[in-house]
Amino acid sequence: MNNTPNFMTLLNNENLATVIERFPIASDFLANYRLSDIATDRLLQSALEGIEEDILEEFGLEPYDLLLNFSVFLETFSETRADIDGVTSITINGGINKLKQPENISLTISAGEIISIVGPTGSGKSRLLNDIECLAQRDTPTQRQIMINGHELDDTQRFEMDGKLVAQLSQNMNFVMDLTVREFLEMHAKCRLSPNVNDVVEKCFQCANDLAGEKFAADTKVTQLSGGQSRALMIADTAYMSDSPIVLIDEIENAGIDRREAIVLLAKREKIIFVSTHDPLLALNADKRIIIKNGGIHKIIETSAEEQQSLVLIEKLDNELLKLRNHLRSGDLITKELINL
Amino acid sequence: MKLITIAGPPSSGKTAVILKLIEAMDMPSGSIGVVKFDCLTSFDNLSYEAAQVPVQMGFSGKTCPDHYFVSNIEDAVQWGIESGFKMLITESAGLCNRCSPYINSIASICVIDNLSGVNTPRKIGPMLKFADIVVVTKGDIVSQAEREVFAFNIKQVNLTARIIFINGITGQGTFMLAKYLKNALEIDTIQDMRLRFTTPAAVCSYCTGETRIGEPHQRGMLKKMEFKK
Repeated sequence: MNNTPNFMTLLNNENLATVIERFPIASDFLANYRLSDIATDRLLQSALEGIEEDILEEFGLEPYDLLLNFSVFLETFSETRADIDGVTSITINGGINKLKQPENISLTISAGEIISIVGPTGSGKSRLLNDIECLAQRDTPTQRQIMINGHELDDTQRFEMDGKLVAQLSQNMNFVMDLTVREFLEMHAKCRLSPNVNDVVEKCFQCANDLAGEKFAADTKVTQLSGGQSRALMIADTAYMSDSPIVLIDEIENAGIDRREAIVLLAKREKIIFVSTHDPLLALNADKRIIIKNGGIHKIIETSAEEQQSLVLIEKLDNELLKLRNHLRSGDLITKELINL
Repeated sequence: MKLITIAGPPSSGKTAVILKLIEAMDMPSGSIGVVKFDCLTSFDNLSYEAAQVPVQMGFSGKTCPDHYFVSNIEDAVQWGIESGFKMLITESAGLCNRCSPYINSIASICVIDNLSGVNTPRKIGPMLKFADIVVVTKGDIVSQAEREVFAFNIKQVNLTARIIFINGITGQGTFMLAKYLKNALEIDTIQDMRLRFTTPAAVCSYCTGETRIGEPHQRGMLKKMEFKK
């Protein structure tokens, strides 16, 4: 289906106001060339006659170049991004570890699955994640191969997907924009060219508040959110707004956010989830876990029924700790009676 | 020899990216050289020397850094060839947002960082607009959403560039950059090649050392600001 108009014709036949109304991003293009004040009640060509001569010259453009750039711009931003839609599985074909021993594994992970990655610091977790990110085709030091939907990828496809395939989330990430939560979500929605900006913003905001221990308002500045609230907003945003089919979560702390619920939410949004963690609660919540040793995949453990049962106990332990934390927070004394093991 | 030009605002992480890139290129030690173009002073030579990368420093001083770049780049290429390099990387600090030390057919990379504000890509101008590859650094400390908005704003200015996220500390992401650069053009001179964009123009009294303020002292090519009443 192709209902993208010929933008050159559009710009030659419709006045700028109409173009902006149909494609709101057109006003960004004008702003980028310092043309925000251009008369919009006429065609681009005649509107350009009314602007200062210097402006186009400073950008190294003739009026015709501007028309050309404008139409390519509109075309690019109205294309649907098919390249990363429809990633339903990835397959990791083993390479070699640091001792040059073969990994002898092939692991296929489908959308909605959660995989944890465990191993000591420096064992090679980042290498595995790097391989996934660059869609290694036996050309990285590990000689691993990553396939998408069961297919190998050529270099052009790898470049196309690079940077868009994996969304990342870690404890070290902060918001640096000086915007309120609502403005922030609107800005992100705008970039995704979402047709229903308000709907998706509302959904994200609700979801972030459900995940956060302490509620926050839509007019709070993102930089003023607590650690837990920030994490909750980042996860909700990744779940509802990020196109990336793979989400990589690196050690998120258990403070002010329900992490398990967060990960389940991402899985429900048909993401492929990797959680790099040392926390038994998160690791056992995954369907499988990859054990990294000597720079390679040592083995893959499927979470067994027995482990699932232990998970209940671990949850109890975790809840006990959470209770103690809450007591501390409200200024209580911690007594032995408070601890039920 | 392959020539790669890298530009970017001060402190965006150009040197860190180049050092990680050299590692990722996996070429024999000493086969990649660097020429650093800067304004007044720089300490980057220490980082390159520590990594045993042959480096030359050039300071534009009182002249425009872009004019300085274009007046010296062919000599830099000849130095690289005489030194037997397989690859020469030039690093230029973009200081006025008008800088764009890129040459037609020569691989051109712009390095900007995620901390510089989401709208910064829309303000950078030719240095970003005419790059083949835009490397984004410091992405590991901002949210995924901000990375995506940042990439979107880069795309607004440069529709065709490849955007590569690189962590200058761990080197994550340099693999794809290195892979891309393996196809860079082989040259033995760049005589008669052309810049992708004109350098900032200015031949006015201040270019030649004038320091006094006021209309009577302003001669040559000047641009006056218009103050609306």
